[in-house]
Amino acid sequence: MLEIRNIHASVEGKEILKGINLTVKAGEVHVLMGPNGSGKSTLSNVIVGNPQYTVTAGTITFNGRDLLAMPPEDRSHEGIFMSYQQPVEIPGVSMNNFMRAAVNAKRKYQGLPPIGGGDFLKMVKEKRELVGLDADLTRRSVNEGFSGGEKKRNEIFQMAMLEPQLAILDETDSGLDVDALRIVAEGFNRLRTPQTAAICITHYQRMLDYIKPDIVHVMLDGRIMRTGGPDLAYRIESEGFDWLKETTPNS
Amino acid sequence: MDALIASGLPTKKDERYKYTDIAAALEPDFGLNLSRLPLSFDPRQTYRCRVPGLGSRVHYVVGDSVAESNVIVDDGRLFVGPMVEFAQRYPDLFRAYYNKVEGDSLTALNTMLVQDGIVIRVAKGCKVDDLLQIVNLSVGNVPMLANRRQLIIMEQGAEASILCCNHSATGCNNLATEVVEGYLANGSHLQYYSVEETSDNCNLLNTTAFMQHEGSNLEYGSITLNSGLLRRSVKIEFDGSNAQTTVSGLVLAHGTSHIDNNLLVAHNAPLCRSDILYKYVLDGSSTGAFAGKVLVNAQAQKTDSQETNANLCVSPSARMFTQPMLEIYADDVKCNHGSTVGQLDDTALFYMAQRGITPEEGRLLLQQSFAWDVLQRIDLLPLRQRLIHMVEERFRRGIGACGDCVMCGGNEI
Ligand SMILES: Nc1ncnc2c1ncn2[C@@H]1O[C@H](COP(=O)(O)OP(=O)(O)O)[C@@H](O)[C@H]1O
Ligand SMILES: [Mg+2]
Repeated sequence: MLEIRNIHASVEGKEILKGINLTVKAGEVHVLMGPNGSGKSTLSNVIVGNPQYTVTAGTITFNGRDLLAMPPEDRSHEGIFMSYQQPVEIPGVSMNNFMRAAVNAKRKYQGLPPIGGGDFLKMVKEKRELVGLDADLTRRSVNEGFSGGEKKRNEIFQMAMLEPQLAILDETDSGLDVDALRIVAEGFNRLRTPQTAAICITHYQRMLDYIKPDIVHVMLDGRIMRTGGPDLAYRIESEGFDWLKETTPNS
Repeated sequence: MDALIASGLPTKKDERYKYTDIAAALEPDFGLNLSRLPLSFDPRQTYRCRVPGLGSRVHYVVGDSVAESNVIVDDGRLFVGPMVEFAQRYPDLFRAYYNKVEGDSLTALNTMLVQDGIVIRVAKGCKVDDLLQIVNLSVGNVPMLANRRQLIIMEQGAEASILCCNHSATGCNNLATEVVEGYLANGSHLQYYSVEETSDNCNLLNTTAFMQHEGSNLEYGSITLNSGLLRRSVKIEFDGSNAQTTVSGLVLAHGTSHIDNNLLVAHNAPLCRSDILYKYVLDGSSTGAFAGKVLVNAQAQKTDSQETNANLCVSPSARMFTQPMLEIYADDVKCNHGSTVGQLDDTALFYMAQRGITPEEGRLLLQQSFAWDVLQRIDLLPLRQRLIHMVEERFRRGIGACGDCVMCGGNEI
């Protein structure tokens, strides 16, 4: 589904990603670990096409198509979703209007007519219940005045609305208490199908207990230093990252 | 004429005119319709300007002439009709109210040249349910100067809603001077909205003055969707206690248009409230100016005033000048004022793009939501919905997308 080959990327002239290779297949859940500043969010932003980040070398294909040639909105329409580490507040734009615009943009891309008002509200209600988001929040401005936990839940709500093929969760578990984490993780699990895949950035074992990853990668200084099974995550949890610094990156 | 000669036209050295070059606006050699040429078309057929959900009585002013097809209303409770007619039927009232504003030289110019205008008088205790609409049309196949006038008399406890729609039916450069005088007697209630939807060769110099007496309530709003040079000088004066006013302004400017709102709210009596909100969305290389002064005189204790001017420059070459002012001579008051100038938020635009919303659509959403709270202040629901629709259309389809205007574009809501 996703093929990342030798990606180098920089921000404000500084090279952050120094040759990333990563393959994600349908049905897989990948976990990306690594110390703060190692480039995990940068990689996510490069995949979704954030213009703040410049790709200087390498290729990314999504279902065989050149992802780097697509504008961000088309990457979204093709089925890529990123749950933000820090969701953005948009004062004045209501969640409902925001989501209706997003849903209709995707439908337009697929050659479908705009969604009817009644169908839209039904869909909102259904997806809202899936992630336990308060009805009141969908009437408020996007993320404005939401608590940290509500913002993360709102990200998963949007994911549910857009039904992406590939979801990138950037520290969606950070700042959530035990109950909120369970709700978010269960919502995520319910959205999984054999046709979807996910890249989940996290520091915490408790998230991994819920989402049961297939493959774990560890990033250090802009490179993937080690790839393994779920046991790699347990070793990181108990030993930290230092032991990896002596090893050489896998290719 | 004497006043005009004595003071001369305002220059940029006058504090209240520092953002707008009046002399340049008056420089072209304009024609004046002094011979009172009759209209060549019936505006009723072309400019329907309906507000769904509201009964309305529409009166047309074409250039500086009150259209003959207007039906004069004069039933003792309400008068709506030409000023010339009103002066004949009610000479005492006319003398008591006409040209009582303490105006500047532009008012004097208008007073000297004006031929006719519209009078709306609501008699004591009468409540007018229908929306009273005035459609001002700019016309002429040569550059024209039109001078128009409105006189609004709200007697004790009277209630009415007035909507003015300014449109253009000409491709020629033209200028209008407009003087609006309004009197709100004790306990009267007036909603007055003016929508500017003309074109970049239509220029307007407006002077508006409202005098509010005890317990009266004025909701004043101006909405600029399309215009060339536009200057509104609005003065609202509280002469009796417990009166209130809500002043709202929305400006959507593009191209090279220049929109200047100059506001003075004078609190001369205690316990009055003023709530002022102006928002500008400036695109292209348009210029916006806002100067709003709230003056609280010594006798105006317990004044409650809030003044906000927020602006969004959506293009790098748009410019905004903002100057909210507060001058207080009373000690027991609650007054706030502030202004902001911002750009479209790139982080928000990318967040929307990640959700599939195109940059164009994202920009629209941000601009519309910025304008939203100004429109929410319109009390009369059908009017609010209509104006929200117009603003959405203006954002979505741009300007000049339909034959006449967004109001009449056949897009019923
Ligand atoms: N938008 C940005 N502007 C400037 N520097 C950035 C930006 N995003 C990331 N960086 C820098 O890139 C490096 C990697 O950051 P990031 O990708 O956020 O790491 P991680 O998500 O692994 O903590 C850091 O040194 C960070 O300061
Ligand atoms: Mg990060």
